[in-house]
Amino acid sequence: MTDVVYTTKDHEAGFGDYFELLKPRVMRLVIFTAAVGMLTAPGGIHPVIAVATILCIAVGAGASGALNMWWDSDIDAVMGRTVKRPIPSGRVSRDEALAIGVALSVASVVMLGLFGNFLSAGLLAFTIFFYVVIYSMWLKRSTPQNIVIGGAAGAFPPMIGWAVATGGISIESVLMFALIFAWTPPHFWALALFRNEDYTAANVPMLPVTNGTRATRNHILGYALVLAPIALAPAFTQIGGPVYLILSLGLNAYLLRGALGLWRRDDAAADKDSFKAEKSFFLFTILYLFLHFTALLIEAALKAGGLTLGNWPVWF
Amino acid sequence: MAELGKTHELHKRRLGRNTGVALLLGLFVVLSIAVSVVKIGNSNSELENATEEASE
Repeated sequence: MTDVVYTTKDHEAGFGDYFELLKPRVMRLVIFTAAVGMLTAPGGIHPVIAVATILCIAVGAGASGALNMWWDSDIDAVMGRTVKRPIPSGRVSRDEALAIGVALSVASVVMLGLFGNFLSAGLLAFTIFFYVVIYSMWLKRSTPQNIVIGGAAGAFPPMIGWAVATGGISIESVLMFALIFAWTPPHFWALALFRNEDYTAANVPMLPVTNGTRATRNHILGYALVLAPIALAPAFTQIGGPVYLILSLGLNAYLLRGALGLWRRDDAAADKDSFKAEKSFFLFTILYLFLHFTALLIEAALKAGGLTLGNWPVWF
Repeated sequence: MAELGKTHELHKRRLGRNTGVALLLGLFVVLSIAVSVVKIGNSNSELENATEEASE
């Protein structure tokens, strides 16, 4: 009875494995857009409060990522892009992901309420609910419009950042939301075009799987046409200015050119150069969003330094 | 019995995980204190302003 019994679980996770559950790459984008929402808002915010609340928003986004991995582990296991995630690769169990996701969701919302205000905490709670329940559990497996509506989850962070600083919602924060919301479909459909086999294997009804690549190319062009004016609109608000307008005009011209290029191509052409145009359009869309938010940050910095045009038209 | 003295790879991973959690908790405590100091400072200065306005 004095024998020592070792029990070694085959999925004893390291710290990095848990961190990976929080989708660090998505978290980086969330931190950036939330920070822009906060820093462009009028009134200013104490740096300690800014750091604390941005961390809460990032942890909330990470928690929803963990819950998404918990729910979608069956899909992730059959897609090349996601097979190395912590759950399908056996490093973290589903129960652990669920526990971490729920615990961090509650903690991030409560702490954002205390560090910031209750409006921002409410928006964060709604974002987590929207991403996990509406997108992951419901839309993702049931409709090719999954990412159109699900994109709202990714669009909330700048609005939350703005709500932390101002305690409210205004046209500027709604336009930042609209920019990410309208950007999401063409971004993911470009990815879906060259990852079509993955989604087919996982039985996820992405647009190229259900309606074919022709319909997807039409949709990318259609949404690019919707996105361009939405992206230009913030130029004529309190947070916009000439730097934003010039950068946005250039980026949107390039976006429309790229979308038109994809629309003119067909599967034969795409197969021939292994989806070169689709891949470069996808990468461009990441830069497109990043530069729009960077331009807003530049405008905020110029305003803080007193370098603004007095007669800049503010239409919205 | 010599096996018992050796540090298993599993223990290393556990140590890394526990150290990570400890650091995060420490960071959380520091953050909470910092936010409290800022918030209490703010409400104190608001209170002072209000008192000054009332006495004027």
